[in-house]
Amino acid sequence: MAEILRAEHLNKYFYEPEPFQVLQDISFSVNKGEFVSLVGKSGSGKSTLLYLLSTLDTKYEGNIIINDVVVTGQSQNTLAKFRNENIGFVFQFHFLLPEFTAIENVMLPALKLKKYSREQIEEMAMDKLKQMDMQSFAKKPSGKLSGGQQQRVAIARALINDPLIIMADEPTGNLDSSNTKIVFDIFQHLTRDNGNTIITVTHDPDFAHKADRIIELVDGHLAK
Amino acid sequence: MALPVNLSISKTHLLTRKKQTIVAMLGVTFGIAMFILMISFMQGVNQFLEDTMLSATPDIHIYNDVKTDFSVSVAGQYFKDSNQLVAVAHPKPKEVTLNLKNAEGIMADLKRDPQVAAISPLLSTQVFYNYGPVQLNGFIDGVNITEESRLYHLAEKMIDGKPENLLTTDNGILMGKGLADKLNVRTGDLVSLATPTGSTMRFRIVGIFQIGVGTIDNVKSYVNISAVQQLLGKDRSYITDINIKLKDNKLSKIEAANFGKKYNYVSEDWETANSSVMASNLIRDVLTYVVSITLLVVAGFGIYNIMNMTIASKLKDIAILKAQGFARRDIVQIFLSQSLVIGLLGAITGLILGFFLSYLLSRTPFPANNNFISLKYFPVIFRPGHYIFGIVFGLVTTLIAGFMPSMKASRIDPVAILRG
Repeated sequence: MAEILRAEHLNKYFYEPEPFQVLQDISFSVNKGEFVSLVGKSGSGKSTLLYLLSTLDTKYEGNIIINDVVVTGQSQNTLAKFRNENIGFVFQFHFLLPEFTAIENVMLPALKLKKYSREQIEEMAMDKLKQMDMQSFAKKPSGKLSGGQQQRVAIARALINDPLIIMADEPTGNLDSSNTKIVFDIFQHLTRDNGNTIITVTHDPDFAHKADRIIELVDGHLAK
Repeated sequence: MALPVNLSISKTHLLTRKKQTIVAMLGVTFGIAMFILMISFMQGVNQFLEDTMLSATPDIHIYNDVKTDFSVSVAGQYFKDSNQLVAVAHPKPKEVTLNLKNAEGIMADLKRDPQVAAISPLLSTQVFYNYGPVQLNGFIDGVNITEESRLYHLAEKMIDGKPENLLTTDNGILMGKGLADKLNVRTGDLVSLATPTGSTMRFRIVGIFQIGVGTIDNVKSYVNISAVQQLLGKDRSYITDINIKLKDNKLSKIEAANFGKKYNYVSEDWETANSSVMASNLIRDVLTYVVSITLLVVAGFGIYNIMNMTIASKLKDIAILKAQGFARRDIVQIFLSQSLVIGLLGAITGLILGFFLSYLLSRTPFPANNNFISLKYFPVIFRPGHYIFGIVFGLVTTLIAGFMPSMKASRIDPVAILRG
């Protein structure tokens, strides 16, 4: 299988409140179509690692290569464009823009990318919402949706630009078990049937164990 | 709906906070409206004063100043050979003639000057106006009424009669309105004028004028120059003043200096003659700009505050937009465009409100019905330049006020916010 992401000797320090090394010499790679869980205790650095991989955090040592592109050391503007095209995000607190309707939230990253016309994007967004079984809520303001519904809209939004990798930070951390199952099924469907790559941080052991691969962090080291 | 994505986000932000948007906008609206009102009014006052001043002051006035020089005495001349100290106690001034020598020559020379539009020779003297038992102090200007008319547009200022009536009537007089009212005379009446030297003459009123300045309308009359020469017992070449109108009155200062040097008489331009009015015009201008700029700066702070609050409440949104690939300049665009829209709407409504208020003021009757100024309504002028300045200044203020919060928003670190 083709390698899609490689991390080489990542080191990361926090300086506040006192100097502390969060990540120590982390190296691993992820293949296309893999569903990877990042697990570890609170403070083990798993979220920090995810934000490094997602290119949002740029203050680290080592190299990150995504799809044969070295993203380390790129300018903020280049990285913003890169994220827009190649990375989809799902967060614990769904983070939709509350003033916009569900479909508008889904459309935003695609409107930014400007690869398609507005009408095409609207159609695509509707497709993604259908995939999440959310099409009937498309025109609702996103602030009026329940947590599980919002998370499904957020996943639709993460998918709109057909990203190389979907990165999720505790996507089920705030959901009840039935919604957790829905999210998991969606993720599994995306990797098995759509060929998407997913890296997700979680502390739900059930959720983690259903993934293709588990990467465990212990005090900033890779376990095993 | 075909707005670029950044602008459609900023539009949604503005529309979901209508109240805040309107409050911020009203700040700019009032700032600009007050600026327009103040500048239109103040410039109107300036214009009015300048017009009034120019209707009573020539562009350049050439005259012979009285010099009372007591330092040289005839006694000193007489005793100059001896070693005696000569002191003259309490000398009387010698008799001076105030006329311009070679006035004809000067006028002929002025006529050749390409800058000069009109020249009016003048012989002025103090008189007592007698009508029945009433006796009033004032003065008369002996003029060539055709020339004087060209200088001051007298025809427009006549309440009764025409300036040319002076030419067709023997010993006619055009009287100021205030003076005529005090004497209770009207066109056709005879008044008797007495000079300080004692001679008297009778004149028939052929017209009444109102310049609009009390200090003139209450004391001044026009007669033919020859009548004053006759009244004073002087010859036909006796002239005390020459008033000049230039084609461009902005050149008065330079030309006045030239004439003064050339003819060796006092030559005064209208700005110097009315320096107090010019100074108060300047003060009004400065005041207008200071107050207006203060108002707009306050409005700017209002926008700055509201934008800061908006951004503080939108930290999560900014982080999520950044995570999804919106770059720093997109964030700046989203928030800066909001404050520009506020500024633009505020400026336009401000101009409309300002115009409306100025119009109302220009239709408001001027309360003081006194003899010093004749003014029916508050003086207001409408100049496109002021409106352009208003809109430009409004936009610049909001641009600056919106820029700092927008830059701050664009610098937000999404990781810190997304991790919670």
